Amino acid sequence: MSISVDINKRLGDFSLEIAFETDAKRIGILGPSGCGKSMTLKSIAGIEKPDSGHISIDERILFDQAQKINLKPQKRRVGYMFQNYALFPTMTVVQNIGAGLGLSDEDRGTRVADMIRRFRLQGLEKHLPGQLSGGQQQRVALARIMAYRPDIILLDEPFSALDEHLKERLQHEMISMLEDYEGQVILVSHSRDEIYRFSDELLIMENGHVMARGQTEQLFDDPGTVPVARMTGCKNFSDAERLDAYHLRLKDWGVMLELDREIPEDVNAIGYRAHSFEPVWGERQKNCLPFNLSGVDELPFERRYYLTPERGELICWFIQDNERVQMEGKPNPDYLKLREESIMLLRK
Amino acid sequence: MMEFLESLDWSPLIISLKTGVVATIVCFFLGLFAARKVIKLSYKAKAIVDGILTLPMVFPPTVAGFILLLVFSRRRPFGIFLDQQLDIQVVHTWLGCILAATVIAFPLMYRNARAAFEQIDANLVYAGRTLGMSEMSIFWKIVVPTAGPGIASGTILTFARAMGEYGATSMLAGNIPGKTGTVSQRIAMVIQDGDFATAGFWVVIVLLISFGIIFMVNMVTGSRMKSIKRW
Repeated sequence: MSISVDINKRLGDFSLEIAFETDAKRIGILGPSGCGKSMTLKSIAGIEKPDSGHISIDERILFDQAQKINLKPQKRRVGYMFQNYALFPTMTVVQNIGAGLGLSDEDRGTRVADMIRRFRLQGLEKHLPGQLSGGQQQRVALARIMAYRPDIILLDEPFSALDEHLKERLQHEMISMLEDYEGQVILVSHSRDEIYRFSDELLIMENGHVMARGQTEQLFDDPGTVPVARMTGCKNFSDAERLDAYHLRLKDWGVMLELDREIPEDVNAIGYRAHSFEPVWGERQKNCLPFNLSGVDELPFERRYYLTPERGELICWFIQDNERVQMEGKPNPDYLKLREESIMLLRK
Repeated sequence: MMEFLESLDWSPLIISLKTGVVATIVCFFLGLFAARKVIKLSYKAKAIVDGILTLPMVFPPTVAGFILLLVFSRRRPFGIFLDQQLDIQVVHTWLGCILAATVIAFPLMYRNARAAFEQIDANLVYAGRTLGMSEMSIFWKIVVPTAGPGIASGTILTFARAMGEYGATSMLAGNIPGKTGTVSQRIAMVIQDGDFATAGFWVVIVLLISFGIIFMVNMVTGSRMKSIKRW
């Protein structure tokens, strides 16, 4: 299975230009709202029509401006999961799941019954969507898509309308339900946690363009540029001057870094995640920031320290309760140490 | 009392009910069809087309009657054509009753259906498409049932309006007893004769029928719709 997308679409001042081709099984598209990620999915499903370009799955062309091909959504075999699930409100669970199946009554019955079992919907067959919980609705929506046996499944922000306490569990449930699905799945989201959990390959979008693309873990470990690092949730950045192959001067934080690995010549900034600092008491060690405390925020399971750097934005250090044992009974640390493996070497 | 009932001509009731039912059926399909087309139009075209379709609700029924007469009169080209080529007569016939009632009541069906369609989440339609459902089955299996309450109330109002139609009917179909004489026309006629007893009887009948229908439909749609969540 491999999907290939290369499309353009203008909508007022906004223009979407996106191109990618991948055979990864689980693809994530991460970006802020309004970046064009939903529009990309809708174009693949045939709900929106791009101005120009090409979309194909394996050898099957869904859209091609040059060849004047634009398959109807009905012919694309693309499963689409909407943010609000779009279950048909007047149909029962069984009718919803069977809605798109152009089979004989008997075959449809068997396939729907199979889905009811697989998605643990027994006892809810005659219920209407309005009588179901959020989690049950999600299962019905997925069952309805799977019953249709699409070549690819598109998930459009499937968790963003859910309560916080449901979200975690439903994300986990969705991933496990999709485990035995053979085709590709694309998840669109603005939540990096969701994307990280779910996807093997990741596209980061902003303003209608692909900003970065790569293996998810790799992209989180080494985002390459400051904006991409910011999208992956990195909080701390400093402009940097490369002194030689192993030394950087951090202009915003006013400290020197000495690295064991070689520093590429085009590096001019670093990023450092708020959870990765290590507190140091007493003697200053290599690669340490002075602990100029500006303020502390107390969260239910986390404490957030904000430090004043020489210039620029406050530096964030987040420490979770279970890691705070080491601080028990001690005063604030004198320094924060940057661990070599956590330092992201970036370009602006 | 028994004498009064025995001597009463029941034909107006039959004619009104038959006219109401046929006009409502015609309006139902035409109204849904028109509503479905209009919501897909561009902003400007919508303003024009919607204006034309709503017009019969806004102008006096006598104006509609006048225009219908102009078109269907057997002394004018279209009326002559219908009469001679297809053997269809509209003026002073029951068909005239139906036509007048349909034209006057149509906007109620159309506007209610349109309002109900516009409330529908477009994602439901998109979901139907991505699941391979044909546009026809999306419309009849998803859109119409989801718009159910709006369409039901449109149908009730259409029936009430069609059954009670007076102005356009009197001009186009006339008041021929046993043929085009509807309840509304009978009430007007007997009042002119000073027969308030018969008029009052018909008024009570009309009130009972109207309330009975609305009550029934409310019960039916109410019990079916109460468990459906809408937004």
